[in-house]
Amino acid sequence: MNKLPRLIGRRLLQFLPIVVFATFVVFGLLQLVPGDPALSLAGDYASTARIAEIRHEYGFDQPLIVQYGIWLWHAAQGNLGLSLFSSEPVTQLIRDRLPNTILVAVYALIVASAIGIPLGVLAATRNGSRIDSFVTSIASMGVALPSFWLAMILALQFSLYRHWFPTTGSAYFFTDPVGALSHATLPAIALAVGVVATLARQVRSDLLEVLNQQYMRTLRAKGLSSGAILWKHGLRNVSATLLTLVGLQVNRLFSGAVVIEAVFAIPGVGSLVSYSAINKDFPVVQGVVLVLVLIVISVNLLTDIITALLDPRVAAAS
Amino acid sequence: MTAIAQKPLVAAPPRRGRAVRFLRWMRSDIRAVASISFLVLLLVVSVGAPWIAPYPPNAQNVADLLSPPSGAHWLGTDDLGRDVLSRLIYGAPNSLYASFLAVFVAVLLGLPIGLLIGFIGGWFDEIVSRFIDALLSFPPIVLAIAVTGALGIGLTNAMLAVGFVFAPFLARIVRAQTLVVKSALYVDASRGFGASTPHIIMRHILPNAIQPVIVQVTLMLAIALLAEAALSFLSLGVQPPAASWGGMLARAYNYIEIAPEQMYAPGMAILLTALAFNALGESMRVALDPTMKRR
Repeated sequence: MNKLPRLIGRRLLQFLPIVVFATFVVFGLLQLVPGDPALSLAGDYASTARIAEIRHEYGFDQPLIVQYGIWLWHAAQGNLGLSLFSSEPVTQLIRDRLPNTILVAVYALIVASAIGIPLGVLAATRNGSRIDSFVTSIASMGVALPSFWLAMILALQFSLYRHWFPTTGSAYFFTDPVGALSHATLPAIALAVGVVATLARQVRSDLLEVLNQQYMRTLRAKGLSSGAILWKHGLRNVSATLLTLVGLQVNRLFSGAVVIEAVFAIPGVGSLVSYSAINKDFPVVQGVVLVLVLIVISVNLLTDIITALLDPRVAAAS
Repeated sequence: MTAIAQKPLVAAPPRRGRAVRFLRWMRSDIRAVASISFLVLLLVVSVGAPWIAPYPPNAQNVADLLSPPSGAHWLGTDDLGRDVLSRLIYGAPNSLYASFLAVFVAVLLGLPIGLLIGFIGGWFDEIVSRFIDALLSFPPIVLAIAVTGALGIGLTNAMLAVGFVFAPFLARIVRAQTLVVKSALYVDASRGFGASTPHIIMRHILPNAIQPVIVQVTLMLAIALLAEAALSFLSLGVQPPAASWGGMLARAYNYIEIAPEQMYAPGMAILLTALAFNALGESMRVALDPTMKRR
């Protein structure tokens, strides 16, 4: 098992450049704003003195690479600046809202996996049947469905008409778990539909590929039951790619969460980022984007390591 | 050599043959025919909006707010007394423009970058590919929102942002395809005959790498359409009073308790158009795939 630290170390090294480039991109966002970045950061009502202060604080009078260094140094210490509107620290704003977003995203991921993976398996084992074409058409539908429209329909049907779930808002999971889950249910369902479609499709095609391999015919010839073939050989072979696939859905979930949070008035980082972008509150925008991309990269790193541990071929290849 | 000489004889079928083949294709791929017909219809509606729409998009009838569908207003009126059907029709050109602009930007950036890193390879590929990995780690809509906020709110900037966010997906596909074609024997042969690098890229790599790109671009149109709808819903895309399907949904949502039927038409328009782009992409994947034998 002393291979494990080496494996983790190697993956960390591979992911390091990605993290560095990602911070480049987040830093670069401010450079896209036309005009003086100090003016953008100071907001519309800042005094000349405040602008000069910001220019010095962020090093806008220095070369870009130095500015990047200053920004990164601040960010690494958890200092993402102040909101131009509320003057609250950006870190605090994100810390207050991130749990709401994470809850909906994780909830959606669980729902999507619980529905999407079995659907894909069902379609693959009954390839060409009516169930298969049903799953395939559901999947094409799910990819094309605007999730926020589905969210509106769900809100109308299940909270306004039937009052099964609260319409808007959120509750803190650790103090009021039932309330938090009931607030998050409709948003999670709306968010899950696209992911269900992707998972079902991918599981179907991956599993079909494995089941069509030559050795599957050998196993059948040896008299193994189709259930044993599916569980012991089919699913085991796709489990590694499946984990990677599920990990890759995280950034899609965050994407969807932005719009879904707007529909259900959830105070999460998604609604924070769109509100801040409209109001040109750039420190908040940069902060949210940075935090989300770091979460996505960490999840991908984690699934990568677990995949390597599960699959001896991947471990050997790296 | 004889095979090449004979080819024109086979490739020039009589006119009737072509019509028969076209009919046969239509029957074999109803999905493609349906989606192409829908998209052509949408294009006609987009171009002919001023003549087709029963009312101007911003004409208000203050006496008739949030009215249900009627003979005068087939889909009812919105909260400002504007005809929903007319706004739906005027929203079509905005949605199509948005989708094509975003995908155009993605191709403009992604195609050359993918070709270059695939062809040059080595440390250049290593560095740019890590950068692409980094870009792909960003939640697409979140990055698009951030870029739109930085460039300034509006449909064109929003779609430039979406195109920028899509470009790395395309670059990665083109790169993979370039790597496959680059190592093919005929490329080696061409180089052996003294062909220049631009010649090899333009004559051999690009034509052979383009097929999956065409499929991907079609599928991307659907994602771009959904992104436009989402951004306009969040009021980062099409700005009022201009009509957009996403913006109509946002307005409808404000009055969901009084006039819930307002949200069905724009949502259906988005869903059907996205379905049509997706179906077309899937059909093209099958039609262009050389490993799939024609029936």
